[in-house]
Amino acid sequence: MLRFAASRTLQSLGVLLVASVLTFSLIFLLPADPARLVAGPSASVETVNSIRRELGLDRPFAVQYAGYLGGLVRGDLGRSYKQQSTVSSLIASRVGPTFQLMLGAIALELLIGIPLGIWAALRRGRWPDRIVMGFAFLGASAPQFWLGLSLVYLLAYALNLFPLGGYGGLSHLFLPALTLGLGGAGWYARVLRSSMLDVLSRDFVRTARAKGVAPRGVILRHALRNAITPVVTMIGLDIGAFMGGVVVVESVFGWPGLGRLVWDAIRVVDIPVIVGVVIFSALVITLANLLADLVQLLIDPRTRYA
Amino acid sequence: MHRALGLPLLLGLTLALAQGAPQRGGTITVSYKDDVTTLDPAIGYDYQNWPMEKMVFDALLDYKPGSTALEPRLAARMPEVSRDGKTYTFTLRKGVKFHNGRVMTADDVRYTLERVLDPKTKSPGQSFYTGIQGAQAFVDGKAKSVKGIQVLGPDRVRITLEAPNAAFLNIMAMNFAFIVPREAVAAAGGDFGHKPVGTGPFKLASWVSGQQLQFTRNPNYFMAGMPSLDGVTVKVGLDPSVAFLSLQRGEVDLLGDGIPPAQFLQVTRDPKFKPNIVSKTSVNTTYLSLNTKMGPLKDVRVRQAINHAVNKTKILRIINGRGVVAQSVLPPLMPGYNKGEQGYTYDPAKAKTLLTAAGFPNGFSTTLYTNSTDPNPRIAQSIQQDLAQVGIRAQIKSLAQSSVIDAAGTPNTVPMVWSGGMAWTQDYPDPSDFYWPILSCRSAVQGGWNWPMYCDKALDARADKADRMVSSNQQAARLAEYGRIFAALNKQAVWVPVFHEVRYMMKSDRLVGDVNNLVDPTHFINYERLSVRK
Repeated sequence: MLRFAASRTLQSLGVLLVASVLTFSLIFLLPADPARLVAGPSASVETVNSIRRELGLDRPFAVQYAGYLGGLVRGDLGRSYKQQSTVSSLIASRVGPTFQLMLGAIALELLIGIPLGIWAALRRGRWPDRIVMGFAFLGASAPQFWLGLSLVYLLAYALNLFPLGGYGGLSHLFLPALTLGLGGAGWYARVLRSSMLDVLSRDFVRTARAKGVAPRGVILRHALRNAITPVVTMIGLDIGAFMGGVVVVESVFGWPGLGRLVWDAIRVVDIPVIVGVVIFSALVITLANLLADLVQLLIDPRTRYA
Repeated sequence: MHRALGLPLLLGLTLALAQGAPQRGGTITVSYKDDVTTLDPAIGYDYQNWPMEKMVFDALLDYKPGSTALEPRLAARMPEVSRDGKTYTFTLRKGVKFHNGRVMTADDVRYTLERVLDPKTKSPGQSFYTGIQGAQAFVDGKAKSVKGIQVLGPDRVRITLEAPNAAFLNIMAMNFAFIVPREAVAAAGGDFGHKPVGTGPFKLASWVSGQQLQFTRNPNYFMAGMPSLDGVTVKVGLDPSVAFLSLQRGEVDLLGDGIPPAQFLQVTRDPKFKPNIVSKTSVNTTYLSLNTKMGPLKDVRVRQAINHAVNKTKILRIINGRGVVAQSVLPPLMPGYNKGEQGYTYDPAKAKTLLTAAGFPNGFSTTLYTNSTDPNPRIAQSIQQDLAQVGIRAQIKSLAQSSVIDAAGTPNTVPMVWSGGMAWTQDYPDPSDFYWPILSCRSAVQGGWNWPMYCDKALDARADKADRMVSSNQQAARLAEYGRIFAALNKQAVWVPVFHEVRYMMKSDRLVGDVNNLVDPTHFINYERLSVRK
């Protein structure tokens, strides 16, 4: 187990390094001059050049990257071109809201997806099954932007059940978390349905039933415990998927998280912020995957020897 | 007048008269889609942070609300100008205090200007001030201070220019010249943009990144009776459609981004919303740039043909009529605008004749760059169709805005650019700001904003001469000369000037603010003059 964790950590470090090189070089190749964007249209060419020198953008790629990497090792992500704050303080101020949003989304995915998945599996081929499958399809294919605005209009504006966007308590969290999690909920339901169907036909379930375990106990204690493993892995993957989704959802709901931060940074080619958020996201994603693997080991001892 | 309308209107007028002076007190909430990046007046420079910087800071000079006429602000009166037009002596208003309680002095004026010039500040406004004597040496690190800025006493400062510049007073009214206290900049440790201290009508009370900024009244503000409001809350990150719903629900008083495009027609056609909408033409021109150094576009007849080929009315329909058709480079509100300018009529037949005369009876192929944000690709398509009518086959390249800017500023790269989203808006109301940064030889270089890459040294010399006409009795002649310069540019057809944007603001019923304070030509929003109905 320790060896497993150690090798995965090493792998993760490699991923981070690759992510940093890739984003850094992609932005470097981008046909846009950050100094010009910082300076704005009215600045003269001399001003743009002096800003370029001040930002160190006139140095060769390798020098810029090495400087960045050096800072990174010391935990210094540099300073935003556009806002004068350090990138680490910007990320720190936005991490909380994004994690809240993700946790909320995961909670809703599980709360909606698991019961629906069980329900569909138990009513296989009948109307509940078809509704759940339809929901999974719709949830996965609806654009988040449209979904978010529709939810705002219906539940917040027309019915006045929730605030119209903004950051705050649980009532503020619900709609953005639902927008982010709805697609995943349908997906969870689908996956759980098929893995439940698989497990329900196994011998040990039949044995449990034969021993006279109550149907609820069979489903929850025996079948679900075995069927849930793919869902746990999916939570890890989901965090990766969310990193993209938060950009849209946070913009629609005015949620002050990392997604909005990076979106604004992309608009003005604020390289230190873009690279900083990408590296941070890569860190979160690798950690989430690592954690998902470890949890899976705990839930399903068989994988330990795999 | 319709009778049913007459009575409420009269009643309304009486009420308005009875109210008289704006009510004091109350707060308003303003919404924006994007985050505010900085409130540092040496750096922040767009529609969004400019009016907010104006809340916190003042300049020596300012504009009368809603107009382009300068008046003293932190200066006690308009400066004394030397005969040769190079030296400006400012006397400061007495006893003006920064938010930290210290009295502002002439040293602060010098510090402010040197800070903008210092390359370490990375100010986009640096080049506006390099005309001050000795500024270039200071920028290059060859001098410790700027020779042309002399402090004569605690409340007197003299600024000497290398050459007379009629627009210099406009430049002294820009955000870059908002007076900042040295000790507060030092205390902020490189983050003055988030910890601004000025002399302005409001102070920044709190700023939660990505959520909201709160401004409260400066009780010691030097202008009597201002501001009317106790505070202003700026909410950021609100999607325009959501902000619009919030306004209807009374949670927002002013839509900073204007009416959301998706709801524009619905809102402007609904009589219910009429009192909530104020609009004014901006001092801005959106244009199609024609690269005078590339291919067939080198021929002025081809450029004129393109001017006749583009159907501007059709483009206005695409933007829901949020603009007025442009006849020339200069917008109507810019001093020096020639009201008689007829521009090029939409006349495909004439365009064809001109193309034939230029040796392109069968047209030619070219490329049209546009940014990829709606509605610009659709407008580019409309232009593409218009050009096809006269035989010009334009291939559209739709890229991220930053890439378009980069390509357009690179010589011999981009034949045509649709400027939507990157249109030219005045920095200050003087025609020189529509000449030097975008149409002069010095901006027709790599990284410049002169996308037609047009360079006419004779015109440069004329503009330079006009800028040296600084005495007040020369102003009419100076503007007339600029009028002729732009007429010459229009004849050269380096742009197809398409429209001047009309800005629409939407406010709540309780917010009191007229067109001069909500769509001010320079400051966009004059927060100090807004008030609320109780």
